[in-house]
Amino acid sequence: MHLNDEEKSMLNGDFGKAKKWALEHQIKVGNFFSASKFVNVSQAHMMVDPESIGQAGVIFLEDLVNKGAKVSIPTITDPRGVDLNYYKPLGQTEEMAEIDRRTNKACISMGIIMTDTCVNYQTIMPPVYGEHVAYGDTGVVIYSNSVCGARSNFEGGPSALAAGLTGRTPDYGLHLDKNRLPTKRFCVKYQPKDLTDWGILGAIIGKQLGSYWEVPIVEALEVVPNSDEMKHLGAAMASYGSTPLFHLHNITPEAKNLKIEQFDNLDLIDINSSDFESLKSLFGRKGDKIDVVVFAAPQLSIVEMQKVASLSKDKSFKVPVIVCTSPQVYADSLRMGFIEKIENSGAKVLQGTCFYQQYAREIGEANGWKKLLSNSTKIVNILGGYGYTPALASMENCILGAVKGEIV
Amino acid sequence: MSKILKCHPGIGDKTEGIVLCANDNFSARYDLDRIKGVFSRPQHKLFGKSYKNKILVLNESKGGVASAWMLYEMKIRDVVPKAILFNKANTILAQGAAHANLTMCDRFIDGDITSLLKTGDKVIVDPSEGYIEII
Repeated sequence: MHLNDEEKSMLNGDFGKAKKWALEHQIKVGNFFSASKFVNVSQAHMMVDPESIGQAGVIFLEDLVNKGAKVSIPTITDPRGVDLNYYKPLGQTEEMAEIDRRTNKACISMGIIMTDTCVNYQTIMPPVYGEHVAYGDTGVVIYSNSVCGARSNFEGGPSALAAGLTGRTPDYGLHLDKNRLPTKRFCVKYQPKDLTDWGILGAIIGKQLGSYWEVPIVEALEVVPNSDEMKHLGAAMASYGSTPLFHLHNITPEAKNLKIEQFDNLDLIDINSSDFESLKSLFGRKGDKIDVVVFAAPQLSIVEMQKVASLSKDKSFKVPVIVCTSPQVYADSLRMGFIEKIENSGAKVLQGTCFYQQYAREIGEANGWKKLLSNSTKIVNILGGYGYTPALASMENCILGAVKGEIV
Repeated sequence: MSKILKCHPGIGDKTEGIVLCANDNFSARYDLDRIKGVFSRPQHKLFGKSYKNKILVLNESKGGVASAWMLYEMKIRDVVPKAILFNKANTILAQGAAHANLTMCDRFIDGDITSLLKTGDKVIVDPSEGYIEII
């Protein structure tokens, strides 16, 4: 990789040991992907939940603090693994909470803003067209690349932190024009009707891509999806396909610069209603008993919170219902009375966490939860590996299922 | 007689070990019980298999960003593969390998690495030189 004078100084240790570590890490990654140089980034977003980092990760972060680490660009965080106001009732332990507290302390010492959200593009500072950023959380990256036209690779925690420290990232992958062009075409023959449908569409496309290096262009959509619909579409596509970018013909910003005739050589893959039914059939059947209902992955927007509150009105839930949102949306939801309405039905709203990032296996075992129902196509993909039998339904049917204790 | 398979230069140190191979994809979060060191996702082709100290050979990396921290945490606890070989790594797994100094290679010149190797093969992995040797 070509290094400029500032980068050579960082590598030499002139800016301290923390930045030296960061640049060395980035050079290893850059060489793996044949990057020729670095590109400056304006923001970093770091996934740093305690289940993922463990004791080893906390010790690593604390060591960086001791080396004087300070981020040089705005650096924010993905959801945490513990809501410190509500962890014992979930069966989370003091050890888990302590990892979280230490992580918080180390991050704050480095100047990181603890936003604890995977919907920063709805609540914090959405990136703009052409802006190079270093984001963690696959849902954040795919939304930012696709809907905003920003440029980011999936940046895992250590790499996002390195980018926060150095203010740059290796210039590879989605930072380059050549990797942002469509490689597969999809024609939508069934129009999504609700958030879960948008997630299912993302899952269908993601499963067929199955690679970080494939870029879909989706044609024949008759509606322009709103931000929450884009959120579920992207989060599921990234989850099932490791996909960091999609184009919606005539809708998303970069797609407007593409002439579809240029891609006539690509096969056009139809997506029919039968594909939606086939995907749904993998996740639960009417009458199946459920142990817990979860609204999360991604964290809920204020609009989703309002809808859950409205659907929960005058309901009494037979099974536990967990709702995960960001601290920013939580505060607004509290002010608007949504939290009270949701929790009056017997549900619990957690702030700054996301269910699958908060020791899902351990809290499942502690509470005897195996059969989980959600409207998130992403979360049902993840939790099979955590010992759950996940089921998928619309938000409305999740609420009705929680009342009845079974899938309706 | 040994056989050499060339690949793109990778990450980590030269190592050798026994192959655990499947034509399936990989995420540390989605697929593993990292405490027990086994594949825990029932749909995964390596479900129930231990990956500790194996040369893990899979198609592509998938899913979320968590795997980057997780590889480091697995390495520190020493419940980790000796190396991971992919047809194509995504950014997360490569970043995680770089942070953990875990041996990782991908982009094999001779084709699908999950077909070229089989479980039980003994191999040497040299990421700096960009090859593996079946011995």
